[in-house]
Amino acid sequence: MELYELTAHELLDQIKNNATTPRDIQQSLKEQIERVDQKVHAYVRLFADGLNAIPDPQNACPIPIAIKDNMCVSGQETTCASTILAGFVPPYDATVIQRIKTQGCPLIGHVNMDEFAFGSSTETSCYGPTSNPWNLECVPGGSSGGSAAVVASSESVWAIGSDTGGSIRQPAALCGIVGMKPTYGRVSRYGLIAFASSLDQIGPLTKDVRDSALLLNIIAGPDPMDSTCIDRPVPDYTQSLVNDVRGLKIGIPKEYFIEGMQPDVKARVLDAIKLLKKQGAEFVDITLPHTEYAVATYYIIGTAEASSNLARYDGVQYGLRKQPDHLRKSTLVDMYEETRSRGFGKEAKRRVMLGAYSLSAGYYDAYYLKGLKVRTLIKQDFDKAFDIVDAIITPTSPTTAFKIGEKIDDPLAMYLSDIYTISANLAGIPAISIPCGFGNDGLPVGLQIMTKPFDEEMMFRVAYAYEQNTEWHKQRVQL
Amino acid sequence: MNQLKQEFETVIGLEVHLQLNTATKIFCGCANVFGDDPNTNTCPVCLGLPGTLPVLNKQALFSSIKIGLALNCQINPYIKFDRKNYYYPDLPKGYQISQFDLPVAWDGHIDISVGNGQKKTIRIKRAHMEEDAGKLIHDNNADCSLVDYNRTGTPLMEIVTEPDLRFSQEAYDYLHILKLTLQYLNISDCDMEKGSLRCDANISIRPKGQTTLGTKTELKNMNSFKAVKAALEYEEKRHRKVILDGGQISQETLLWDENRQRTLTMRTKEDAHDYRYFSEPDLVPFVVDEKAIQDIKNSLPENPDEKLERFIRDYELSSYDAGILVADLSLANFFEDCAKMYPDTKKICNWINGALLQELNARKLNLKDIDLSVNDFIAIIKKVDGNILSNLAAKDALRYVIDTGKSTEEIIKEKGLAQVSDEGSLLVVIDEVIKENETVVQEIKSGKESAIGFLIGQAMRKTKGKANPKKVGDLIKQKLL
Amino acid sequence: MLSEKQVQQIASLARIHLNPNDISFLQKDLEKILDYIDQLNNLDVKDIEPTSHVLPLKNVFRDDVLKESLDQNTALSIAVEKKNGSFKVPKIIE
Repeated sequence: MELYELTAHELLDQIKNNATTPRDIQQSLKEQIERVDQKVHAYVRLFADGLNAIPDPQNACPIPIAIKDNMCVSGQETTCASTILAGFVPPYDATVIQRIKTQGCPLIGHVNMDEFAFGSSTETSCYGPTSNPWNLECVPGGSSGGSAAVVASSESVWAIGSDTGGSIRQPAALCGIVGMKPTYGRVSRYGLIAFASSLDQIGPLTKDVRDSALLLNIIAGPDPMDSTCIDRPVPDYTQSLVNDVRGLKIGIPKEYFIEGMQPDVKARVLDAIKLLKKQGAEFVDITLPHTEYAVATYYIIGTAEASSNLARYDGVQYGLRKQPDHLRKSTLVDMYEETRSRGFGKEAKRRVMLGAYSLSAGYYDAYYLKGLKVRTLIKQDFDKAFDIVDAIITPTSPTTAFKIGEKIDDPLAMYLSDIYTISANLAGIPAISIPCGFGNDGLPVGLQIMTKPFDEEMMFRVAYAYEQNTEWHKQRVQL
Repeated sequence: MNQLKQEFETVIGLEVHLQLNTATKIFCGCANVFGDDPNTNTCPVCLGLPGTLPVLNKQALFSSIKIGLALNCQINPYIKFDRKNYYYPDLPKGYQISQFDLPVAWDGHIDISVGNGQKKTIRIKRAHMEEDAGKLIHDNNADCSLVDYNRTGTPLMEIVTEPDLRFSQEAYDYLHILKLTLQYLNISDCDMEKGSLRCDANISIRPKGQTTLGTKTELKNMNSFKAVKAALEYEEKRHRKVILDGGQISQETLLWDENRQRTLTMRTKEDAHDYRYFSEPDLVPFVVDEKAIQDIKNSLPENPDEKLERFIRDYELSSYDAGILVADLSLANFFEDCAKMYPDTKKICNWINGALLQELNARKLNLKDIDLSVNDFIAIIKKVDGNILSNLAAKDALRYVIDTGKSTEEIIKEKGLAQVSDEGSLLVVIDEVIKENETVVQEIKSGKESAIGFLIGQAMRKTKGKANPKKVGDLIKQKLL
Repeated sequence: MLSEKQVQQIASLARIHLNPNDISFLQKDLEKILDYIDQLNNLDVKDIEPTSHVLPLKNVFRDDVLKESLDQNTALSIAVEKKNGSFKVPKIIE
């Protein structure tokens, strides 16, 4: 394999054994980006010093990384792939960025995403769509489509994404890599440009489970800047990577194997279950009865919070400011409305309006409050399930990657592609997607493993045990 | 007019916004200060920049609980913050972090005096925490407005009464008592000029005897308690006139125009905001247990009523005198510091409420605005006791001490204020006076002793008031009788 | 279900100017999404507590300790327009 195709832990071993140098890795990635990014279109911004600056030999982890365009990097334009934030250069680092810098990982650049993370295909980006490295006519999934694509195309060793309703796991599944969403409160959200504050969580996108654990080690932990980030010690997650699932009880929720699911996706997931069974895991049928309400609940809560979080993009301070040609209401209101009308894409408008509506006088009880109550039911479903099982296994996405343009005009169809991932955000639990084979179309299929809050160790253990007995994670796309 | 007053009853409710004097802002570590250059006390958090998150200042919550307790409120054992969504350039996030359904405090009351020693209880509906907005600067000469975000994130407490006030005077009295109560807590400057205390008012009128409320208007932009009173009076009259003319009051928000002494429409009910409150997901709830509340309660300083009683009891002051001291915490504290150094508390009180207040009133200042030490003040009283200063000279000395900041000793020396009591120099003057007033001297010698006063006056004049009058009188008597 | 006027009102609440084209597509999309969301009406949630926070966290504070602010130049480095140390916006008439 080429250097750029290796995982972070393989590269760290090679550096340790003097088989390669951080400089060589940078050079190798630089060439790969130059060669393939014109096809994948994943980077929206390469940082000048990312792959060019000479790394400090003292750096603990000199493995270059790609950053989703919704995480603030001091001195670098950060836009959430939205016109409305064009030109915004934050004078501060997200906490996660600070931690990555402290470890000495060079930041390669910002990667593409759905505008404000609103989407499951990376098509709503103001920079245009990113392609799935496995089939350039297909979407990489979303919203962290850029993060998944750069890892799958070996344009980065690993990447950071954010997951509000599946935005790390679904693109990881569609691009054949490992993507994990930590427990809500495990990783600081400070400097992550908010979509839905009670659902957002930052997580790693990597080539294998060990890298995922390594990267979570770096980014997890309490942060005095984030009240919702729990003050709880971070274990060394690599310690939980043992190839042993004997005696573990794993739940299969019947609500996740439904009509509308691509048959070959279902087949691959069942194969994976069979394999884990062979390794000694015990499988039980469980029920998560409110699963069918998850998408509706998510769109109420997510859009309500988003409508408020995105209110600040109004042309007053930073980013885009537009004024209409003719006075409509007042200079001020005109500026707000024109700026937001031209700065937001269609999907952002839909969500901001839906959110404002569900919070508005007369509708709050019927929508927003009801959403919060159903969220309680969904969370209780998981609480009950984890009384019985150590982990839950499901598909990550009902389909393999779909064609660019296929669902863009049908928001509801797009929303339903997150049907398996949304519940974990509503319940705040950790979940990982790992590759479990390929569909009949030759596109990757993802397996989702969920565990109870703050039991990332169990999640990694099951994921690792599966991965160590398969070869899917060693597949590399040739572009 | 009398007839009108009988027919209608005015109903007033007040909303007071109080800036807390914490060292830092409510959700970030920027300095909470007034008057700095624009946009020098800001950070990504209070500027509301993308991705930033609030973290609650512990002191701000403690101060808020103190306020709740001082206003006899129930303290909510479980509080949370909510987002109040609206657009304005001084509000950088497009929402204000406030409290909607679970405020820090609710269901309290304070009493106001309504004459004849009678009290009236004004109920406090709720008191909640929120963040202040920035400041808009309107440049009349330019086609733009400017925004300064220094004030953004200053901790605020909003204190809302029930509609229990019936007269503008009651509103005025309530504000005074509220301010005094708050000043005693030392949690705010309570300075309306600096905007650390602001007041909005709701007013409606209704036929006497009616229990439902009339349509209210909301008044904003009053910059003093007097302005609150004036605005309420103006609005009361306007409401009466509209209704007596057969019209209807429309529910709206009005701005008080201080220059023209009238209200102006700011927004009508149709433009009323739909604030879309919802629980702030970036902050966790706060649970204050009974013990913590009790600890704060025990740590509360004495309130004005308690202090008044104690002053009357322990220092044997009249309720009138004690009332003057207690109405200004710094005055009351000054008095008590003096009392530690000097036993005659009535005399201290007379000097404070007399000479000192005169000096302060002449300067339109409060005690806290000047730099007067207890030592210097007591020194003046002691000099009078020791016949070193006359009463008149003592008042001069006080004025000079306040003006120059020099010590009493220095001032007496510098200005030559000390009384002349040494016999040698006094006798020289007395001899002169006796020589110059033969007739009076004869009168005295023939038994009209009261005329001695005239000679004393002459001696005082010759010494420019510095002679000790008692000593002069004694010496004259010795010489002539 | 959603009238054109309602769509306009929501847009105005969200401070978004809509041109006639936008209105018709948003009207259709929002209606479809709201229809889908209405399946929640199948659930009886009368006695269910709402979940605003998924973690049982409480009492997260900071001490009242000063931190360094941005200097004025840095604060204004993000400004669309600035003047006299302040953020400049179109004239606001009160």
